[in-house]
Amino acid sequence: MNLESLYQEVILDHYKNPLNKALHQNPTVQVHHVNTSCGDEVTLNIHLKDDLVTDISWDGVGCSISIASTSVMSDLLIGKHAEEAIEILNSFVEIMQSKGAKPGDEEILGDGVAFSGVSRFPARIKCALLGWMAFKDALSQGLTR
Amino acid sequence: MDTSNFLDVTAIKEDFPIFNRRIRADQKLIYLDSGATSQKPNSVLDTERNFYQNHNAAAHRGAHQLAEEATEHYEAARAVVANFINAELDEVVFTKNATEAINLLAYSFSNAKPGSNFQIKAGDRIVVSEMEHHANLIPWQQLANQTGAELVWFPVTPAGRLDLSNITNLINARTKIVAITHQSNVLGTINPIAEMVKATKAVGALFILDACQSVPHFAVDVKELEVDFLAFSGHKTLGPTGVGVLWGRAELLNKMEPFLTGGSMIENVTMQSATFAKAPQRFEAGVPNMAQAIGMAAGLNYLSKIGLPKIHTHELALTKYALEQMNGIAGLNIIGPNNVEDRGGVISFTLDGIHPHDVGQALDQYGIAVRTGHHCAWPLMRALNVVATTRASFYLYNDISDVDALVAGILKAQLFFNPPKKSA
Repeated sequence: MNLESLYQEVILDHYKNPLNKALHQNPTVQVHHVNTSCGDEVTLNIHLKDDLVTDISWDGVGCSISIASTSVMSDLLIGKHAEEAIEILNSFVEIMQSKGAKPGDEEILGDGVAFSGVSRFPARIKCALLGWMAFKDALSQGLTR
Repeated sequence: MDTSNFLDVTAIKEDFPIFNRRIRADQKLIYLDSGATSQKPNSVLDTERNFYQNHNAAAHRGAHQLAEEATEHYEAARAVVANFINAELDEVVFTKNATEAINLLAYSFSNAKPGSNFQIKAGDRIVVSEMEHHANLIPWQQLANQTGAELVWFPVTPAGRLDLSNITNLINARTKIVAITHQSNVLGTINPIAEMVKATKAVGALFILDACQSVPHFAVDVKELEVDFLAFSGHKTLGPTGVGVLWGRAELLNKMEPFLTGGSMIENVTMQSATFAKAPQRFEAGVPNMAQAIGMAAGLNYLSKIGLPKIHTHELALTKYALEQMNGIAGLNIIGPNNVEDRGGVISFTLDGIHPHDVGQALDQYGIAVRTGHHCAWPLMRALNVVATTRASFYLYNDISDVDALVAGILKAQLFFNPPKKSA
């Protein structure tokens, strides 16, 4: 596998111009997650209206994979109801755990399918999941309030 | 280039079978991560196998021939370690690794009886530095938390050196412990130990040296250093994982409370009480890591055969060459001393606009193994205002061609992640 198939154009684009990367005020929940193996950090704000994710905003430092993945996640999940958001999240986690075997469904994951190559590199899966896991944590905290 | 400072790496590599394998689509392995763990020569692998194949039994127990042989081999390994650092035989304690060696000290001190010299109390002071590996920071943080002692530290300058300007204030009459790394695992800086040991002795405190990055790379003599304790690991000195060394002055070790208790470390036992053996047995509870200790000794013997001064000269020449090459790359920042004065063969760097994880991933695609991340020195990263670095570390099996490959890899990574803007 070469560098180009790991770092697809889509990933590099999101890395250079990440979406929703600036924290919005008065979130329903704010979480802070850290990748303990490399020191990458993300702070993530979500705004909920009942079970509707009305906004996701975030800030952080990280490698191209973690920044791009958080960007893609925020773009995909804003405007989704909790159940739908979790379904999308689960399909992303599924391709991450597939060791490169699952390409992912573009209908569900959009730009998220560009990360299928990452799952061949065990050390990078945590990078790709950092923002997603922060979202999952924030959502579950928000729903139990 | 003057090549007289270099070792015969071609011959050395033949002793390390891992260099026969191919990496990432049939490329040569360029291993620049010896700061994390070293590769193993055949003599280490053969020694471990030979122990299990011919001499395996529980050392210090049993009346049979194999038990005798296992004990002999294990104790001979201790003698090799003692000789390697110019220590006395009964001052060498085998541990699981260097982390355990430092924890052994911290836990033993926390178990000290009231009134003992080792007791750490509220108001006492423990001194570390901002460039410590977590292994020589967190045990002292914990001890300070448990006892109410104050943890203070030498700061790091932007050039990656310890700032000793405040030394008499930091190491004062309240100071009980000074625990400092000999060589930074991130920056390569070799610290001015003599000055700190002198200040420590002047106030009657204990000096603990984290020698994980020094013992494998240059001659370390515990008598010359005049430290009280020293820790290092086997797997960074060409030996197996699962073994490390705590060296301490016998008169200190024999007065310290045990860390782990159980078999082998006792003198006399009743149902309700026990007295403890002298060091080193005092700190070696249970059937010891015999094969690992013996393998470690084989690694040290390999290093001695080549010669530590020659290894250090080789690594410094490589580091000098690498710094020259890397300083010529636009957008590359050396994190740490940008010269070879008081420094070992470890180079941390960052590239503008490319995260260290991505640099490491790109280099891996070219068969180059480097370390990326915070290097278990998170406070140092914060002090230097970087999230992480990429680190190349050299050893006796690296040569100029490895540095050239690294430099070529960095240039390719820059092209990939920051391609030149196409003109319209």
